[in-house]
Amino acid sequence: MKRIWPKLVILAILCSPVPSWAGSSIAASVRNCTWCHGTGAQGYTVAPRLAGQRALYIEAQLRGYAARIRDNPLSKQYMWGAAANLRPDAVQELADYFASLPPKSAHDGRRALVETGQAIYLQGIPEANIVACLACHGPAGQGVREIPRLGGMSYFYLKRRLEEWGQGYHSAPASPMPLAASTLGPDEIEALASYLSFVR
Amino acid sequence: MQTIGAFFGGSDRGHQRNDEGRMMKIVGLHSALRTAILAAAFFAALSQAVRADDFQAKLLYCKTCHGLSGQGYHGYYPMPRLAGQQPQYIENQLRAFIEHRRRNAIMANVAHALSPSMLSALAHHFRDLNPPPLGGGGSRGEIATGRRIYEEGLPESNVPACSACHGPDARGQDQIPRLAGQLPDYFYSKLVNWSAERGQNSSMPDSSAVMGPTSHNLTKSQIAAVAAYVSGLR
Repeated sequence: MKRIWPKLVILAILCSPVPSWAGSSIAASVRNCTWCHGTGAQGYTVAPRLAGQRALYIEAQLRGYAARIRDNPLSKQYMWGAAANLRPDAVQELADYFASLPPKSAHDGRRALVETGQAIYLQGIPEANIVACLACHGPAGQGVREIPRLGGMSYFYLKRRLEEWGQGYHSAPASPMPLAASTLGPDEIEALASYLSFVR
Repeated sequence: MQTIGAFFGGSDRGHQRNDEGRMMKIVGLHSALRTAILAAAFFAALSQAVRADDFQAKLLYCKTCHGLSGQGYHGYYPMPRLAGQQPQYIENQLRAFIEHRRRNAIMANVAHALSPSMLSALAHHFRDLNPPPLGGGGSRGEIATGRRIYEEGLPESNVPACSACHGPDARGQDQIPRLAGQLPDYFYSKLVNWSAERGQNSSMPDSSAVMGPTSHNLTKSQIAAVAAYVSGLR
């Protein structure tokens, strides 16, 4: 029984699940992303979580950086250069890889605002012409196709993005977000970002 | 200035011979009345202007989801094309959300916040918009099948030709909706779910009942085919 252990250890090492991208050219690209977005791609300071994000959204954004359409300051500073030389197949591989990672919720918003934020997310405020977010982003903030997952992203990222829409920065062409965010005041943005940071 | 002074003061020297105090009172009353009328007219005009602002703001609110040209939008849920839609149809649907005849959580909230005059004004706005359809309906085979069902119906399944009511060009009439250019996934999800969404208030039966049997007699693939066909019509 004792002599079988070393063999088992060797077997375990040989059969350990090696990520399919290890050793390929994508491994280096993933590392370049995770320097900022966190080793588990759960987001880190100003860099948003990529884990579990919609693959088509990631692809569209990477193309948007390369084409210099997404033009908020941090995108200009970090992502224009990062995305400039990515080949189309690398864009797709990276997007699929990050989309496949299980996302964790940030839980960094203000708990006291969760109820208000949830009400705005699900129903909007029709009297103030604020649209319900769930119509596009889904009942649990899961997103779909090129529409991003919002549930569980960090409060600071969500708040900053919502503010930037109102400041006239662009993202995808023909996005309804500048219009959708234009009716949101600071209180609504605070509440929405807080609520979403707790969504699983 | 002369005219404004005359209007407010109502000064008419012929009347000022005696009993000036009494006259002043009458003149004062006249002037107050005129001021009140003028103020009422002024505020009516002002509130008219505010209503125009309100209308534009509400319109942008609609178009955030339904597209800037009313062309529809593929969100988590498909949001229908409103461009070119029959005003009576839109009006009836908005009322249906309010009266719980049509079930839709998002639109119930939206419609409840509309005054009757706003509701009517919005319904009429979209008629004249004519953006190209978003399309993306389906394969050539599906479109051909859909066209046949649309134009001839399915006699063996007791499905009448869609064109009989929705028109040969699928533009609808009055309460009968335009189907031309409609998002295929919206069209599909409505027809497969017809009896669970429409005619939900038993005390207020409505024209949606007409579509009940037809929606049941069509198979899902037949519905998808008709959706593909009409989604490409201009």
